[in-house]
Amino acid sequence: MKLEEKLITSFLAFENSVSTDTETSIHDIRSKAFQHFEEQGFPTKRDEDWKYTSLNSVLKHDYSLFPKNGSAIEFKDVKRYFLHEIESYKIVFIDGVYSSFLSETTHDGYDICLLSAALKKPKYKMVIDHYFNTIANKKESIASLNTAFSKEGAYIHIPKNTVLPKPIQIIYFSTGSEAQLMLQPRNLVIVGENSHVRIVERHQSLTDNVVLTNSVTEIFAAKRAIVDYYKIQNDQKTASLIDNTYVQQRQQSIASVNTFSFGGNLTRNNLEFYHEGEHITSNLNGITIIGDKQLVDNHTLVNHKFPNCESHELYKGIYADKSTGVFNGKVIVEQKAQKTNAFQQNNNILIDDGATINAKPQLEIFADDVKCSHGCTIGQLDEDALFYLRSRGIPKKEASALLLYAFANDALQKIKIPELKTRITRLIAKKLGVNLGFDL
Amino acid sequence: MLKINNLHARVEDKDILNGIDLNVKAGEVHAIMGPNGSGKSTLSSVIAGKEEYEVTEGEIFLNNEVLDDLAPEERAHKGIFMSFQYPIEIPGVTVTNFIKTAINETRKANGKEELPAKDMLKKIRQTAELLEIDRKFLSRSLNEGFSGGEKKRNEIFQMAMLEPKLAILDETDSGLDIDALKVVANGVNKFKNKDNAVIIITHYQRLLDYIVPDFVHVLHDGKIVKSGGKELAHELEAKGYDWLK
Repeated sequence: MKLEEKLITSFLAFENSVSTDTETSIHDIRSKAFQHFEEQGFPTKRDEDWKYTSLNSVLKHDYSLFPKNGSAIEFKDVKRYFLHEIESYKIVFIDGVYSSFLSETTHDGYDICLLSAALKKPKYKMVIDHYFNTIANKKESIASLNTAFSKEGAYIHIPKNTVLPKPIQIIYFSTGSEAQLMLQPRNLVIVGENSHVRIVERHQSLTDNVVLTNSVTEIFAAKRAIVDYYKIQNDQKTASLIDNTYVQQRQQSIASVNTFSFGGNLTRNNLEFYHEGEHITSNLNGITIIGDKQLVDNHTLVNHKFPNCESHELYKGIYADKSTGVFNGKVIVEQKAQKTNAFQQNNNILIDDGATINAKPQLEIFADDVKCSHGCTIGQLDEDALFYLRSRGIPKKEASALLLYAFANDALQKIKIPELKTRITRLIAKKLGVNLGFDL
Repeated sequence: MLKINNLHARVEDKDILNGIDLNVKAGEVHAIMGPNGSGKSTLSSVIAGKEEYEVTEGEIFLNNEVLDDLAPEERAHKGIFMSFQYPIEIPGVTVTNFIKTAINETRKANGKEELPAKDMLKKIRQTAELLEIDRKFLSRSLNEGFSGGEKKRNEIFQMAMLEPKLAILDETDSGLDIDALKVVANGVNKFKNKDNAVIIITHYQRLLDYIVPDFVHVLHDGKIVKSGGKELAHELEAKGYDWLK
C-alpha cells in the first residue's frame, strides 16, 4: 500500500486511540489538517517550494506508523547523544514513546513535559487553545499531516520573568524495532515575557533501519523573551528528517534557531519566523556539511510585518561527493515594516565535481525605508589559502579542513552554550576526517 | 644549500621565468631585486612549490636533492619557508594553534615526536618576546583583522618558530613602518646563522639597510641580469632599474 493511502486509512483508528484528549477542539484541528493533507497529498517537485527536493525515495518504504511500545535502551548506550557534560532538563522519546527513565522533566515553576499530557489535562486547556497549531503553516501539506497525527512531543511552557538555569534537551531515539518507521513528533514551546530558554533538539536513529521523521515545532516568544534553539542533525544515512519549525515573536524578543546538518539521508528544514511587534530580532544560522548522496534543504522564511525589527540569516554549506544542498531564503518586508534591517548570507563550497547546490535568495520588499542585504556565494576552496597552509608544512587534507572550519566559523560562533560549541566543533572535525591535535 | 639551474617556469600559457641560475650557500643572505613583473614572486612561489606554476625546464636542488614534484608541505618539511606578501586570514584558528600544528606536522614528517606542550609554550614565548609580539596577539585568530605590520611580523614569527634551512622573504618590507621594519629585521638577523640561508625579495633597498645581504641579484624579464655585492642595491636605489634593461 502506498504511504499516502496507508496514512489515510489509519487516521480514523488513530483518532479513536486518542479520544481521551479532553478537547474537542483538538479533534477538530486534527480532522481539518487531515482533510488538507488528503486533498494535497505529499508535496512533489511540481510544487515550487519542493522543486529541488524529491520525497519519492523516502516515501516508497512501507513504514510502520504506530510502533509497538519502544524497546528499552540503556543510558550508557546513548549517553554520547546527550550533552551530558552539563546539567539539563531532558525530554526523551524512544520510537515516539516518552521515556521517563531517560528524561528529566519538571512542573516546578514551569512546565517541561509532554504534549500528550498537556492535551489530556483540563488545566492546560487555555494554553492549548491559545497556541496549539496557530502558527504551523496550514498550506504545507506535510505540516498538516503532522498536525493530523499529532499526539506526542515536548511541551515547554515558561511563565514570565524566568531565566531557565539549564538548557533543555529534546531527543527522539529510534531503536530499529521496526524495519521501517515513520515518526511525527510535535513540539510546543511557549516562552513568557522576559524569560530566557535554551533548547537543543536531536533526532537519532540507533540502527541503520529506515526512519522517516516528520516533525513540527511551534515556538512562541513573548515580549522581551530570549529563545536560543539548536538543532543537531547528525543522524544515520538511512534516516530522513522533515523538520517544520515555526516561530512567532512579540515585541523586543530575540529568537535564534541554529541548525547543524551533518548527517542523515534527506533533511528538509522548513523554518519560518513571524513578527507580531516592534524591535524584534530574529537570528537564523546554519552549518551544513554533507557528502555521499546526502541532501540537505534549508527553506527559510522571515516575515517582517512591523517596523523597527531585524533579522540576521547566515547559512554556510560544504558539499562533498555527490551530495546536494538547497537553500531558499525568503524574506518578506511588508509595507508597514519600515526601518527593517534584514540581512541574509548564504555561502557554499563545493568540494567535488559531483556535488550540487541550488541557492535562491528571495526578497520581497514592500516598504521603502529599509536596509536589506543578501549575499550568496558558491565556490571552491581558495587555492592560494591552501598553498599558504601547505607551505607551513600542513598536509593538504588537514589544510583543507582548517580552511573549511574557518569558512564555517562565523556561524559556529553563534552558539551560546560553550559545551555545545565544543561538541559541534568536534563533529565538524570528525566530519572533515581530521585530527589536528587540538580542538579546531 | 639551494641550487637553481636554468629554471624556466610558466603560469597558464605565460612564460615568466626564462632561465634562472642561482646558488645560495649556508650562512648567506641573498637579495633579489627587480621591477614589477620581473618574476620575483614567481621565483619564490616556484621554490615553495605552488602548483599553478609549471616548471618547463631546469631544476631546483635543496642540499643536493632535487625538489622536482614535491608538494608544498613536503618542501616545508625539508626546510623551505616562504613568508607571504599577503598572508591569508583563518578565522577561528589561533596563531598558537596554527603554529603548533605546523611544527608538529613537520616533526611528524621527519619522524620526530610531537614537541611537548611545555617546550612548545616556552619556545612560543621566547620567540614572541624577540619579535616584540604581545601575548594577547597569540590567542587571536590567524591574521584575522591584523594590520599589515602585524601580518608581516606574524610571518617572521612563524619563520622563527619553524626554523627553516632556507627562508624566502617575499616583499616582507612592504607596508611596514620604520619601527616595524627594524623589529622584523632584528628577528631575521637573530634567526640567521651559519647553517641556514635567507633570500630577500624586495623592490627597495630599505630593508637591506637592516639585513645586510652578501649578494644582490637583479631580476628582469625572468632572468638574472646582474649580480653583485651589497653595494649593487645602493646603485639600484640611486639609478633605478632602467639602466640594466
